[in-house]
Amino acid sequence: MTAFAAATRAELAKILSTRMWWVLLIVLVAYVGLLAAGIAFGLGALGTSGGNEGPPGTVAGLPLALVAPVVFALATSVGYPLPALLGSLSVTSEFRHKTLTPTFLATPRRGGVLAAKWLVLLVLGALFGAAALVATVGLGAAGLSAFGLDPQLGESDTWALIGRAVLAMALWGVVGVGLGVLVPSQVGSIVIILAFTQFVEPILRTAAGFVDWAGEVGRFLPGAASDALVGASIYTAISAGTASQLEWWQGGIVLLGYAVLFTVIGALTTWRSDVT
Amino acid sequence: MPTGVPIEFEGVTKRFGTVDAVSDLTATVLPGRVTGFLGPNGAGKTTTLRMLLGLVTPTRGRATIGGSVYRDLDRPFATVGAALEAASFHPGRSAREHLRVLALGSRIDPARVDVVLEAVGLTQYSRRRVAGYSLGMRQRLGLAAALLGDPGVLVLDEPINGLDPEGIKWIRSFLRSLADEGRTVLVSSHLLTEVEQTVDEVLIVAKGRLVHSGSLASLEATAAPRVLTDAPNRPALLGVLRAEGLPAEEGPDGILVSGAEPGRIGHAAFAAGVELSLLAPQRQVSGLEDAFLTLVGEEGAL
Repeated sequence: MTAFAAATRAELAKILSTRMWWVLLIVLVAYVGLLAAGIAFGLGALGTSGGNEGPPGTVAGLPLALVAPVVFALATSVGYPLPALLGSLSVTSEFRHKTLTPTFLATPRRGGVLAAKWLVLLVLGALFGAAALVATVGLGAAGLSAFGLDPQLGESDTWALIGRAVLAMALWGVVGVGLGVLVPSQVGSIVIILAFTQFVEPILRTAAGFVDWAGEVGRFLPGAASDALVGASIYTAISAGTASQLEWWQGGIVLLGYAVLFTVIGALTTWRSDVT
Repeated sequence: MPTGVPIEFEGVTKRFGTVDAVSDLTATVLPGRVTGFLGPNGAGKTTTLRMLLGLVTPTRGRATIGGSVYRDLDRPFATVGAALEAASFHPGRSAREHLRVLALGSRIDPARVDVVLEAVGLTQYSRRRVAGYSLGMRQRLGLAAALLGDPGVLVLDEPINGLDPEGIKWIRSFLRSLADEGRTVLVSSHLLTEVEQTVDEVLIVAKGRLVHSGSLASLEATAAPRVLTDAPNRPALLGVLRAEGLPAEEGPDGILVSGAEPGRIGHAAFAAGVELSLLAPQRQVSGLEDAFLTLVGEEGAL
């Protein structure tokens, strides 16, 4: 077995041997699942009651064809902080609990440890994504079907979206790794992730719907890039397409770019420094 | 049976900001002995060990294990086992999981986990989360990690700290048996008394510099002589000693002078015309401890 394969197995064992991963997974699945059920029921109820005031073929201003994708994509558009948190914690907990000492004793080539964390978080991020999509697709489709809206599960576009959503969550896992190595303070990393994803980016993206230059910058924000990659999002649905979006593959590259950029800067700074 | 290889420090220097934590340290640690790495807290012991293990990058010089720097070792745990500090465990992980993670990462057969847990007496607590461990149990877990790869070289930083008397007795015989098997054993401590029954060789550092290396017996030989003296006219004798540049300490039984033989003090007093009422060389209660404290200076008494 190579040193890299060994480091990868160790990193996986590290994450699975503490409670954090399943706590985050439960939060993710419960959060996006409940939101998907709630929004699917809400839109379904609007669509069948007389309260729907939009043009024909729409529900609450949303084209019918977009209803199912937006509901399913809640897994990423709302759930993406969770794999990022898992990724950042996989790095910051090593600093916080001083476990970098045993880690680097076992694997003295530090780049190998970071590469192993990337691989493990890509896999776990994808699994988090798969679990979140099971929740949003399962509960969302049930909710839509209950009101006679087509969940579009027979369409290849839907399944392509699901596949891209899994990829987005895998990438968020490594964005988290990059952020963790860039900001090794555990509290700092968590605050940055929560503040940015729940506050800063939503405001910037809302502003991007009204201001041109903000739109140009806004679509390169990590959350916007992620939504572009997935191809549907509650945020873009709300801003009704006024903000321009990247192509899906461009969104993927931008998101990967953030992960690589953070990781490389971190690898050259905090990761290389003395472990005292 | 794994065979020990020497540890070599070649002009190792570490500068933190403007302070030299370790200055130009050169020493060799040989297999088959227990070597004590001694010095007061803050003398640079831990920094030196961390440089040896590739955790801290030396500003100058290098430290090698059997001729290789740590990061070039293919399966480092099979060559060197290290226990550095009792706090390096994730509190949410059990002892068994901690060791399993290390075994996986360092390509050591995970079956060794049970062997080393048994060796340090932690088997019955091994599934408990480390958060509930006492300092002594953490020390044992650290030692278990060091033994995981059955290495020929062991590097242990303050392993006796926090152990109960039974644990101290146990680790002393344990270190002795490891050295008797031909392994290289380097043990740091800030208390000579803690390890003097265990170590064969000593490396003593103070303020980042190596101030003594050699056998334990060689340390005793460096102990400064101490003489108890007195005179009917004490102030006159104190004046003579001051003129001679000898450190003198006034006590209830007389004046304790260090760093000079009785003959020199008697001669100085005679030449100055001061009558002596007492001139007695002191038997050292612990020659080793005194030698150690003399070498490391004031802060060694902490």
